[in-house]
Amino acid sequence: MSNYIFILVGAVLVNNIVLVKMLGLCPFMGVSKKLETAYGMGAATTFVLTTATGASYIIDHFLLMPFGLEYLRTLSFIVTIAAVVQLTEMVIAKTSPTLQQTLGIYLPLITTNCAVLGVPLLNVSNGNNFVESLLFGAGSAVGFSGVLILFAAIRERIEGADVPTHFRGSAIAMVTAGLMALAFMGFAGLDKYQ
Amino acid sequence: MDILLAIAIMALGAVVLGAALGFASIKFKVEGDPLVEKIDAILPQTQCGQCGFPGCKPYAEAIAKGEVDINLCPPGGMEGVQRLADLLGREVKPLEAEEKPKQVARIDENTCIGCTLCIQACPVDAIVGAAKQMHTIIALQCTGCELCLPPCPVECIHMEVIPETLENWKWKYPVVAIQPVAARPSAKEAA
Amino acid sequence: MLAKLFKFYGGVKPPSNKTLSNQQPIRPAPLPSCLVVPLHQHIGGTPRPLVQAGDPVLKGQKIGEADGWISAAVHAPTSGTVVEVAMHVRPHVSGLESLCVVIEPDGKDEWIAHGPADRAAMSPADICQFLQEHGIVGLGGAGFPTHGKLKATPGVPMAELIINAAECEPYITCDDLLMRERADDVVRGIAVFRDMLQPTQVIIGVEDNKPEAIAAMQKAVEAQGEAFAVVPVPTLYPAGGAKQLIRVLTGKEVPGAMRSTADMGVQVFNVGTAYAAWRAIGHGEPLISRIVTLTGNVRGAGNVEALIGTPMDELLQLAEPNPDTDGIIMGGPMMGFLVPNEHAPIVKTSNCLIAHSERLFPPKAPEMPCIRCGACARACPHELQPFELYWHARAKDFGKTQQYHIFDCIECGCCSFVCPSRIPLVQYFRFAKSEIWAREKEKKAADEAKQRFEFKQFREEREKAEKAEKLAKAAAAQAAKKAAEAAAAASEAPATEQPAEAALDPAEAAKKAAIAAAMARAKAQREAAQPKNTDELTPEQAREMAEIEARRQQAGIVPEPADAQPATTETKPE
Repeated sequence: MSNYIFILVGAVLVNNIVLVKMLGLCPFMGVSKKLETAYGMGAATTFVLTTATGASYIIDHFLLMPFGLEYLRTLSFIVTIAAVVQLTEMVIAKTSPTLQQTLGIYLPLITTNCAVLGVPLLNVSNGNNFVESLLFGAGSAVGFSGVLILFAAIRERIEGADVPTHFRGSAIAMVTAGLMALAFMGFAGLDKYQ
Repeated sequence: MDILLAIAIMALGAVVLGAALGFASIKFKVEGDPLVEKIDAILPQTQCGQCGFPGCKPYAEAIAKGEVDINLCPPGGMEGVQRLADLLGREVKPLEAEEKPKQVARIDENTCIGCTLCIQACPVDAIVGAAKQMHTIIALQCTGCELCLPPCPVECIHMEVIPETLENWKWKYPVVAIQPVAARPSAKEAA
Repeated sequence: MLAKLFKFYGGVKPPSNKTLSNQQPIRPAPLPSCLVVPLHQHIGGTPRPLVQAGDPVLKGQKIGEADGWISAAVHAPTSGTVVEVAMHVRPHVSGLESLCVVIEPDGKDEWIAHGPADRAAMSPADICQFLQEHGIVGLGGAGFPTHGKLKATPGVPMAELIINAAECEPYITCDDLLMRERADDVVRGIAVFRDMLQPTQVIIGVEDNKPEAIAAMQKAVEAQGEAFAVVPVPTLYPAGGAKQLIRVLTGKEVPGAMRSTADMGVQVFNVGTAYAAWRAIGHGEPLISRIVTLTGNVRGAGNVEALIGTPMDELLQLAEPNPDTDGIIMGGPMMGFLVPNEHAPIVKTSNCLIAHSERLFPPKAPEMPCIRCGACARACPHELQPFELYWHARAKDFGKTQQYHIFDCIECGCCSFVCPSRIPLVQYFRFAKSEIWAREKEKKAADEAKQRFEFKQFREEREKAEKAEKLAKAAAAQAAKKAAEAAAAASEAPATEQPAEAALDPAEAAKKAAIAAAMARAKAQREAAQPKNTDELTPEQAREMAEIEARRQQAGIVPEPADAQPATTETKPE
């Protein structure tokens, strides 16, 4: 049990996929201008990551490892992720066209999101079982969404602030992201046993 | 042998996923485009055609398709560009055309010949009149689109800036741009 | 007496500076050189002028007719002649003009015939109309027509009638002096309101820095045998705000969205309004004067009974302003404003004129960035968050300002007063509010324009459809007629032609019939048409026409007969 908690805490905070592992920076910077889009992106990525991690584990455990085809991991994981993202895109187009318009190109770009490929690969290299895989995927996704939402909230406040002209837009966003990464370093060691 | 197995497994995976996606694409088919309504609600409805489209709805449809930029509407102003950018997640760009103050059209009644050409041109029916009768513009309904100016054969219509009266007076933005001390005698800002 | 008093959140205690002007009794102001009476002095519809340039008027004569229910009449403050009804500057922070009636006094100060109202014979609706006709509006600052507040909300019994004598703003003492000198008339006015609203309790709330006024009111209430409660409230700005006073005296908290406090069984009137109502009902005098405090950088501060329409600079002269006075503030130091044009007249809601000088009111320090100390939120009597409102108003994010309830702000100025960074917070809120209103107006106009555009498109489609239908009908009629003619002529024509004609495609026949019908119409029109301008010919014109006709006959130019046209076109190939 405590193992599961540590996996979760580790995935969400200690090894936060965006601010510590520095994966998935593209949607982090691109979709965090407004809080509503951040919620939407977070939800979409959570769904994709959890499903992809679980599916990847199954494919790896039952298809690739028995036949010694570990070298096909990257290829097969990408195919799975692409299918899951397509599915997510269709669901979003049906339920919320505004969100689809707002996310724009970043929705299909979840396929090429290095976090969405990185998490399954990290997962199988950690040697987790199925439940642990799902927790790891879900935790990473929650960490990603949480940081995305925090960052979007900060960026919305910065919109109303008196930022010097040359810092406006991406520059001040980068500075903020760097400060947040520094802050998250404070979680180091939280997932170690005793 | 190995390579054949690998190819077979990948092919199997591809077929399964492809079938799933095909099924999903039929089940989740989307009709229509409610986004156009949202864009149209932001546009100022002057139907002036300055964006190059015959009305606000066609411009909204073009924006929704992603064919055109959002900065082509002068009556909407930078305000409208900002709101479109917020809705669609696109970049805010400065307006293509100049932003003019709000105006209404006015017919010089001494010159009007009663030809009804301006009545046909007005997109919101803000001109009252009939053939060989005096034409006049209902100032409250006029959107300032200037579509009535070209058709008039005697050029009796001109635009007037709406004056500031107690009804439409607004408090000014209290922020004053900071200027270098050398440029102004006093460095005090407006309170 | 009340069981207990409540407290409202926030509030500030600025130095009151009231002893400057409350040492002297009320002086009547002499007649000014001219009176500029704006027609629109209250919330609601603009009154219509009833006089024009050159008309003589008597004191108290109605010069503006109320427009609608939420409106009140306007009256001439003294006898004289109307100079003009024109646009003049009004006491508004914008310095813009509005329609005013300018009266030149004749010095006689002659009253129009007037008398008290026969209350026994008047129904509540009659009394409301009487008050409207006599121009009684709220004298506390907003100027809402009083008769509009004298009805309880159906289904909500009136629990408390509160008379607002708090006068919490510094420098202002007009209500203080009114109560000290004319308490009897005030109590009679309150009784009028009591009779109209029938509340369970009548409470007169006075701040405890006015002991003489409290004593005078208590004496008057006892003398008239009324059961009104005169309650001293703790001195705290803005205890005189309607919602704040309701909270202090009754404990009820009026929600921000509620416009009429009558929905909660409470109604508040200013003490000056009660006095004006009694002058109208008991003596028939319309609202033509009010008590104005003259204070600030002056030698002779005090209160005067001034005529509505007196120019401000003339009125302030009565208080002998010091030479270094450089402006006039209308209102108090917290909620008042520097008048852009000092010739502007005083209106029904002008309660105070403060002579401004740099010594008394040092120039504001420059605005510095917000340090998020929260002092403004601690001071706000409506429990708003001024720092958030400031942030979003400055960023022009008006949706967010409304989320933080900007329209609940009463612009009392407590937040600006306590801000350590000297940020003029109220200016930002006023800017945001007027922008939001302007945008709502624009949106409404845009929606209407869209509706008109859509209707125009619909109408054009409809016209096209109607035209097509008409043509089709005419074509069908002509086809039938042609068929009948063909049948009649067929008996004479060779038999071979019949099948040929019968074999004509019906569409072809319809087209031919349509063209034939149009040409027949045109022919009929030409024959029936008369030149329109030959009805009233002068003999010369008739002679000229005859000469031209004669010349035509001579030259052999004969106008083509109408019959010739169709023959030539019918032979054209189709």
